[in-house]
Amino acid sequence: MSLARAETRRLFRRRFTSVILISVLLILAATAVGSFFSTEKVGETQIAAAKAEAEANYQEAVKTVAADKQRCLTENPGNAAACDWPDPSPSDYDYTWYMPETFNLRAEYPTMITLLAVVLAGAAFLIGASFVGSEWNSGGMMNLLLWRPRRLQVLGTKLAVLLGWFTGLTLLLGALWTGIFTFIATSRGTTEKMTGGVWQSFGLTGLRGLALVVVAGAVGFAMASLGRHTGMALGALVGLGALQIGVYIMAQLAGAKYPEAWLAPMWAYAWMFKEFEVFDYNSCNFSADSGCEPDKFVLTWQVTGVSLAVVTVLIVGASLWAMRRRDIT
Amino acid sequence: MIVEAGQVHGFLGPNGSGKTTTLRTLLGLIEPNGGRMAILGKEVPHHLPEVAGQVGAIVESPQFFPHFTAELTLSLLADAGGVNRARVPAVLDLVGLRDRAKERVKTYSLGMKQRLAVASALLKEPKLLILDEPANGLDPGGIREMRTLMRDLSDSGMTVLLSSHILGEIQLICDSVTIISAGRRVTSGSVAEVLASHRSGMVRVRLETGVDLLDAANALREAGAQVTLENDHFTVANASNPALITRVLAQRGVYVSELTPVSADLEDVFLELTGTAPVAGQNRQVDESAISGAKNGWGQ
Repeated sequence: MSLARAETRRLFRRRFTSVILISVLLILAATAVGSFFSTEKVGETQIAAAKAEAEANYQEAVKTVAADKQRCLTENPGNAAACDWPDPSPSDYDYTWYMPETFNLRAEYPTMITLLAVVLAGAAFLIGASFVGSEWNSGGMMNLLLWRPRRLQVLGTKLAVLLGWFTGLTLLLGALWTGIFTFIATSRGTTEKMTGGVWQSFGLTGLRGLALVVVAGAVGFAMASLGRHTGMALGALVGLGALQIGVYIMAQLAGAKYPEAWLAPMWAYAWMFKEFEVFDYNSCNFSADSGCEPDKFVLTWQVTGVSLAVVTVLIVGASLWAMRRRDIT
Repeated sequence: MIVEAGQVHGFLGPNGSGKTTTLRTLLGLIEPNGGRMAILGKEVPHHLPEVAGQVGAIVESPQFFPHFTAELTLSLLADAGGVNRARVPAVLDLVGLRDRAKERVKTYSLGMKQRLAVASALLKEPKLLILDEPANGLDPGGIREMRTLMRDLSDSGMTVLLSSHILGEIQLICDSVTIISAGRRVTSGSVAEVLASHRSGMVRVRLETGVDLLDAANALREAGAQVTLENDHFTVANASNPALITRVLAQRGVYVSELTPVSADLEDVFLELTGTAPVAGQNRQVDESAISGAKNGWGQ
């Protein structure tokens, strides 16, 4: 316990941790405030205004088309067929398109959960990498091992402290986030159709978000520990980005059916939103009802979940193995 | 290498001879591929966790997270090792950092970091203190303070293993020494024993008044001696058998009035045993350990 207490103190006394956590809070606060002020509740007044605006736009379109037809007939005498344009239809001016933005908790909160998870995952990756990377780089790890020679226990405790605190932070912020957006939906939007099943679905999305945060923290930590420098994790991240672009281009050039399926962010998307569909628009499956339908590949959260777990286990396992076997210099 | 309890033991060797590697291996930072090591009676690395709490150590240059203060650095180590944080001010005071304790380590000079490293080693009140080059970067006053500190710690019953290149310091404060070269022990024992067993081989020779020093020196040179003339005497550098000097001179009718061994200091012994004495006109490389050709001395 004394080691865990020391590592907790070390984690939160680092300036980098404070800077990243404050940045996270600022991003989340800006999102919440922006959502609050960019939406409003829809009532009779807003519906009437939207209908009036739609009607005005329709009338304006009718006038414009009539004037254009008249000018066309003047310029093309004896060729009325050339100016036989269809008149605007009232259905082209649906009043719902003129309604103000309103926050629908049921429809939009999953996106907000994902936003929270992605921001926290980024923070976990950076803080995790820096937490152990700077220890290696500054010689602090060696000092610590002179006090606590059980290497795996030291590295494992550091990782556990990092992930434990990020789990707690994610749960706390998740609860606050839910409260804030429920408040926004209640006061500036709608909470229609919020059944128990919807809340359960939110909970499961939140748990997948928590897993994303934990995985990001563990991978950042393990990469930096493997390279014994924070830069190793950051370099790997940049390298992965560059590799993704290269793989995507090569997959396209090679005629792969679903090049988007090779992009890591799409796997994260599938994990959070349960599935991600990619289409091969060069194919055509004709049907009498809907015409040409492209081939479709569905990336499911089960597949991406297993993949994330395997990658995480491999990287964390490698870092533990290296900690046990490599000399400390 | 055996370090007796309660002693200050010097661990010497040229650059690259394996001192730091030995200490790192002893402390579990490098995995040994053979041999046997024990600290405080416990085999290491297997039992290292059991004795780590009684061993304070600094290895090579002091390294700390630069953005923490000295006080925070030590209090984190105290937490990690289950030591009462209340000891932190006491050890900072002991190494002279009390007034700078709240400054970030990145503002410290090398000598101050060295003091902090010693403080971290002392924090857990160890039975065995292992210090690798503790005088690195210290000013003359600091070196003297460190010497006093080592002595006081030893007097209090602490065993100190000290690696250093400042041989004068080692000679002053150590009870015993081990000298290694190219990864192997070349001598060990109490400082007095090591000095006694490795005489310089140099003797000072004075002759009766009125005798021509130059003639006598030339006579010895003809017999193979390395003679250096001084004002009123000369020295013979490779006199492993001083009786030969008296014989050669007596055969010429010259009689010696003084024949005194010139005592070696630890530096002489070190340079001789490790073969690292500088040779005029040669640039010795780090791993070169050319034992002198005159190892067996003139006259034997």
